Formats: sequence, C-alpha cells, structure tokens
Amino acid sequence: MTTPMVEVRGAHKMFGDLHVLRGVDLTVAPGEVCVVLGPSGSGKSTLLRCLNELEVLTGGSVRIDGELLGYREDAHGTLHRLHPTAIAQQRSRIGMVFQRFHLFPHMTALENVMEAQVQVLKRSKAAARAKAVELLDRVGLSDRMHHYPAQLSGGQQQRVAIARALAMDPEIMLFDEPTSALDPELVGEVLAVMKDLAAGGMTMVVVTHEIGFAREVADHVVFMDEGVVVEEGAPSAVIDAPAEERTRDFLSHVL
Amino acid sequence: MSDTAHDPVPNRIHARPVPRPGRWIAAAIVVVLAAMAVHGLVTNPKFRWDIVWAYLRDVTVIRGVGWTLLLTFGSMVIGVVLAVILAIMRRSDNPVLRSVSWFYIWFFRGTPIYTQLVFWGLISVLYPTLSLGIPFGPEFVTFQTDVVITAFWAALLGLGLNEAAYLAEIVRAGLGSVDKGQEEAARALGMKERTILRRIVIPQAMRVIVPPTGNETISMLKTTSLVLAVPFTLDLTYATNAIGNRLFEPIPLLIVSAFWYLLITSVLMVGQSYLERYYGRGTGSERPRRGGPRRPRFGRQAAIKASGTAKDDPFLEVTP
Repeated sequence: MTTPMVEVRGAHKMFGDLHVLRGVDLTVAPGEVCVVLGPSGSGKSTLLRCLNELEVLTGGSVRIDGELLGYREDAHGTLHRLHPTAIAQQRSRIGMVFQRFHLFPHMTALENVMEAQVQVLKRSKAAARAKAVELLDRVGLSDRMHHYPAQLSGGQQQRVAIARALAMDPEIMLFDEPTSALDPELVGEVLAVMKDLAAGGMTMVVVTHEIGFAREVADHVVFMDEGVVVEEGAPSAVIDAPAEERTRDFLSHVL
Repeated sequence: MSDTAHDPVPNRIHARPVPRPGRWIAAAIVVVLAAMAVHGLVTNPKFRWDIVWAYLRDVTVIRGVGWTLLLTFGSMVIGVVLAVILAIMRRSDNPVLRSVSWFYIWFFRGTPIYTQLVFWGLISVLYPTLSLGIPFGPEFVTFQTDVVITAFWAALLGLGLNEAAYLAEIVRAGLGSVDKGQEEAARALGMKERTILRRIVIPQAMRVIVPPTGNETISMLKTTSLVLAVPFTLDLTYATNAIGNRLFEPIPLLIVSAFWYLLITSVLMVGQSYLERYYGRGTGSERPRRGGPRRPRFGRQAAIKASGTAKDDPFLEVTP
C-alpha cells in the first residue's frame, strides 16, 4: 500500500477549556480529493489548520507524505519540537487557500504569486516570474497580472490566491471554505479552477459548504460534528445515502 | 438655453442658500481683533523691530538654526532605528527581550526629558572613564568619557533615546494594526518570521507609522530647545537667549527664535502633508478634484488602504 498523503491519528485540539477536536482520524491517499463537511463549530476548519501547523495539536499526530508534522521522533519515541525554520520548510510544501483570500495588498497579482517563490524557494526573479505568469494564465487571469488585489473581484482574488499556493509546487492543497466569502455569481469561477486542479491529480482537502462540488469532484467525503468524524466514505454514500441521523439532519438544512 | 442641452440633470435645483449672518459677524470681529493685534505689535517700541531684523540674519543665530536642525534629524534617526528594534523586541516570543523593551519604554517615557538631558550632561562626572571589558574582570579598551561624549553627543543621545521610547509605541501600534490573516497567509507559504516582518508586515504598517512619525519630528524640533539642560549652548534657543541677555533686550531675540521655529515647522508641515497624502490619510486624497474626476492613479499605498488590512488607529498621535 502506498504512503497516504495525509494521515491524522487521534487528533485532539483544546482552545483553553474548549475541546474542539475530540479524537479525529483521517487518511487521504495521493491524488485524492477529500471534502470535509459539517456545521459551523464542528472543528472542520481547525482540523484543516492543523494540517499545516497554523494550529498546533494538543494530542495526536499529523503525517504529510509519511513525515511527522512539527516534531522529530527519536529512537525512544520521545517527541522533539522542530525549529520554526524547519516547520516553515514543511509548510512550504503544503498549499493553503483561505476563506478571506489574504492576498498581500501591497503587491500586484504577479508579485503575490512571485513572492514566496523568491523568498522561500530562492528561485531567481526571472524563474519566479515565468512560473507566476504561467499559473495566472492557468487560472484565467493573464490580463489582471499587474492589478493590485483591491482592484480585483473576490473571485479573481481567490484565483490569485490559488495560483500563489500552486507556485510553491505543493504536494497537497488545503482549501478553507474558499467560496464562502464570495458573491454567489463568483463562486463558479473559483470552483472551476478547483475542479481543473482535481482533474490534474492534485491531492486536495477541501472544507466547504458546496455540496454540489463535493458530489461531483470528491473521491472521499468526511462529515464532522462536535469535533469527531461522524461518517465518511464516497460521496454517493455520505451525501446521497447517509447512514447517520446527524448527517441526514445537516444535509436536509444545506441541500 | 445652451446650458440645459449639456446638463444630464434636466430639473437641476437652483435654490438660494441658507442665510449665514453669523459668518459675517465672526469675520468682522476677527478683522477688528487682528487689526488690534497688528497695531499692538507694530507701534509698541519695546518690540524693537530694528533689533529683530538685525539678528534674524545674525551668524550665531543661523548657526543655531543649523545645530537645531542637526539635533532634530540626528535624534530622530537614532529614535527611529532604536524604536523599530524595541517594537520588534516587544512582539518577540522571547520573554527576556519583551521585558527589556517594556522596561526601556517605561523608564524613558516615565521620566522628564529635561531630567534625562541633565543626566546625560553629568555622565562624565558619574563615569569619568568608559571601558569595554568583562564585568568585575579585565578591561580591554578605556575612554575618557568627556572626550567621547561631548555636550553635542550627550544632547543627541538624550533626545534620541527618549524619542525612541515614544516612537517604539507608534511602531508597535503600526505593526499591530496589520491584519493577522496577512501573517498567517505568509506563514502558510513557508516564510520565516523575519521574512514575514520585512516583506509583509512592515510595508503595510508604514501607512500607520509614517504620518505620526512626521508629527514627532515637528515636535522634536521644539524639544531640542531643552538641550540647555546638558548644557549644549549652540542651538537656536540658547544662542538667541544669550544674545538677548547680553543686549538686555530679551524680547526681540525671542521673536527671532520664534520666527525661525515657525519657518522650519511650516516647511516640515508641507512635507508632512505630502506624506499623509502619499499614505492615504487625511482628507486630501479623498476629496474629488475640481474640474471633474481625475483618473485615479492606483498606487501601492492606495492599494493597501483600499484593502483595509492596516487599520488607522485614532490613538496613535503620541507627543511627549
């Protein structure tokens, strides 16, 4: 069996007294599209943020492509926290797209996509520019390269954000409600880019409320509630024939 | 009616404005008061305008202006460099650095600048020699304090170190004004903390930091008059006071120094207003231009402002 791209074991996360993740296991195979559904406050965004160390787990472990995230395990099984530089290096291989885009407002679309290539991957400016131009073209924004984020629509900003993450040649892409902050007529253009990405074989973990996208693109759907995985499987099973009462209840509200 | 042919609003309202008699009354009162003030200035022989005119261009006075400008900009440079270091220390994960920064700001904001300047003037009495070495151990290099720290350097250090404490708070507020999502996005791309600060946070914080720093510069210009506490005796205030005392004519020399301070402040204010316009604060940038809307030039600062990732802080004006 191949090494899973994502392997979460017994994930617990406490924010003070608030127990947000209560023992989550998740496995995502290479090339798989995993959609995480669930009501707000179910812990799905927290789980996603733990996959690239934006939040640190209180208990359990995350492995990306077999590599333990955030720690080094010695021969006795003792964990040693990694140096921030090493963690930054791990993060550079994991792409993330945020609900509120978080583009750098003082840089044009092109500069946004070039920035981390130059600063983190130490690519030459020319190489970074070529890559950025190619990716912006791929997300359909070759005519908006020299615009600042404030001059772009929400859908365009989110597509730049996807290009910015892809520029790092990530092994996996994480999407945290990528269409929730968009006007309804702009959702389609972002989902189209994501479908294209999925068709290209990218491993993706997507937290979303877009049931249609989940049904059409996901290989694997996870339904979370109150910090645990309630039900998971193929979209045809989880979405169209849910076994659990809580899943049915949630789907009846969003569909 | 050729006018209506071009007017896109066919039923444009032409109404008479509300009568504002108060404005005319106020204007009349101001004119009378101003005339009284000018009369009082010009006809009173004690102002000795002949002495004012003669000393406005006096060599000692002009040199004083030079020293005052040198102290102002020199201490601001020291202040800005130290303030950035202090503000970054204040944000650090390292509790030692955080408390050192806190202590520095607490001490230098908590004691009067005058007291600090007297202290810097007395440093060669307190420590006749300065040496680099191991505490309680051998010393490698030794200086005569009064040779290294002259009155000028004592004044410059005193002003700069004090200003750093105020500027540090401005820089800290600026860094804190940048949306946390910006750091998070940069972190998710694998950037290191230093790169995030340098490439992402500071460029956006400049909008919030630079305008009050210009304000601090204007304030510093006048604070330099306190260097007589060191004592440093070449700046504008000391120079004009000395002449005034020698001539037994303090008033005309006070007018001379006030004139120069006002002139320099006016120049700095022009610079300040350009800075504020560049960084998109104030009303200048929002007001539509006369003669139709100008094609908006969308610059870097306008883009940061429009994105709203660095918030304006109404409590930022921190003047000693």
